[in-house]
Amino acid sequence: MSLEEKKQQIIDDFSIYDEWLDKYEYLIELGKNLDAFPEEKKTEERLIKGCQSRVWLDSEERDGRLYFTADSDAIITKGIISLLISVYSGCTKEEIAADDFGFVAEIGLKDNLSPTRANGLVSMIERIKELAGQGRQ
Amino acid sequence: MVEEIRKQFPALSAQVYGKPLVYLDNAASSQRPQAVIDAWTQSVLAGNANIHRAVHYLAGVATEAYEGARDSVQAFLNAPSREEIVFTSGATAAVNLVASSFGEAFIGEGDEVLVSVAEHHSNIVPWQLVCERKNATLKVLDIHENGTLAVEDVEKLLSQRTKIVAISHISNVLGLVNPVREIVAVCHKHGIPVLVDGAQGIVHEQVDVQALDCDFYVFSGHKLYAATGTGVLYGKRRWLDAMPPYMGGGEMIKSVSFAKTTYAPLPEKFEAGTQNFNGVPTLVPAIRFVQASRADADVQKEQAAITEYIYTKLTEDERITLYGTALECKIPLFSFAVKGAHHEDLALIMDKMGIALRSGQMCAEPLMDRLGVTGLLRASFAPYNTLAEAEYFIKCLNRAIDMLV
Ligand SMILES: Cc1ncc(COP(=O)(O)O)c(C=O)c1O
Repeated sequence: MSLEEKKQQIIDDFSIYDEWLDKYEYLIELGKNLDAFPEEKKTEERLIKGCQSRVWLDSEERDGRLYFTADSDAIITKGIISLLISVYSGCTKEEIAADDFGFVAEIGLKDNLSPTRANGLVSMIERIKELAGQGRQ
Repeated sequence: MVEEIRKQFPALSAQVYGKPLVYLDNAASSQRPQAVIDAWTQSVLAGNANIHRAVHYLAGVATEAYEGARDSVQAFLNAPSREEIVFTSGATAAVNLVASSFGEAFIGEGDEVLVSVAEHHSNIVPWQLVCERKNATLKVLDIHENGTLAVEDVEKLLSQRTKIVAISHISNVLGLVNPVREIVAVCHKHGIPVLVDGAQGIVHEQVDVQALDCDFYVFSGHKLYAATGTGVLYGKRRWLDAMPPYMGGGEMIKSVSFAKTTYAPLPEKFEAGTQNFNGVPTLVPAIRFVQASRADADVQKEQAAITEYIYTKLTEDERITLYGTALECKIPLFSFAVKGAHHEDLALIMDKMGIALRSGQMCAEPLMDRLGVTGLLRASFAPYNTLAEAEYFIKCLNRAIDMLV
């Protein structure tokens, strides 16, 4: 799937639910199904600052494309980061750097988080961009 | 009647996400009754002028409202004199004032300050700052398993070098009334003054500073139904007189010259600059509200019923760990952890059910470390909360846990 198709899929998935509680249920499912993240990778430098819960993000470059792995001790946050990395894993650095992450606004995620949590989301997005920028291994 | 009390708080009839608001974050900040809103409006509309300085009519109205609030607070705390009531911007500002000014005069190298492990950051960091500046040491009183302070250790922790003890009346996490009177007595036996952080205590307990005999008592207006940006420092005159001014500026001086500046008498000595003259008068109706709700048997009955109900529900549920379990001194403030469910997730989900809760470290990181948790979920009740809301809270909590675990 292309980046645009992946985004559209998430927008479609989200639009099924009217109620935010149901959307959370969906995020919780995503969080629960996220691949295990090794304990030894939960280091200070992989920790994303600015979130109330702890979130770790790591990336790996293969054949010119970035693949992300992540974890959080809070499940909804884990669902949110899962959603982000499912969209951006497999993209080239250039694609990520050029993206405006507008689909996050489109699904209303940011607006529906409290300001502190919205900041957490912004921090996650910034870290993804940062990893794409420097391509840290 | 609780229903009558609720009607005084316009904010409580709000809907959030299409559901009735259930406001259970009162320990962070309470809502304001109409009388407080009116006092604010009145001050802005008909008494908006800088206090103390000018001779014109409006300045007189504003000054009277401001100084009237001082009388109200004095009576509310049963303080010996109005000069011992200093207005600040809140509890934090009041602790900082004491830590800084008292510290300047009385804390030196090698001295000690004692706080408890259950303090809010506002009653820790100001003391750390002064200890750093003076090369003094901060010592820490522990808690028991049930959350009560290890009062029996106080005496052991005091030394010849202890200059002051700073302790909360009620912790904003544990929700237990600390035996402040007893602690003060022990400290006074050794000639050591005590500051009581009453940010939560003032809301739930009838405070008589003469009976407590504490040397300082501080609190914020915004947790006590008054306007935010208001706060009180009560201090015994002998200490306030002996302390140097905290901030310099207008109002706190008697005369200023480059050769020598002399300071105004109490309480102005500690009220530098333009004061919160719109906010402070709201303390009067706020205190009136508190006194009325304390005298209302129905309200007290409902509060006790809420405490018992929530306590029972949280302690009988094996998935839940409640912190601060000493029922004999419990106020309706409950911080707890749920096995397998993160406090942030629970707060997010319950927010969408209309319930306002606090999650996280609650400005008490040392206590979180002591309890071995990264954060907790907290529900804190006010006299306008009903047993029905408490029941809805438990129902929603169970639903949220089911979603997560
Ligand atoms: C026990 C305690 N102390 C101090 C404070 C600080 O109060 P403020 O932020 O209003 O200055 C609070 C407020 O959360 C508190 O609960």
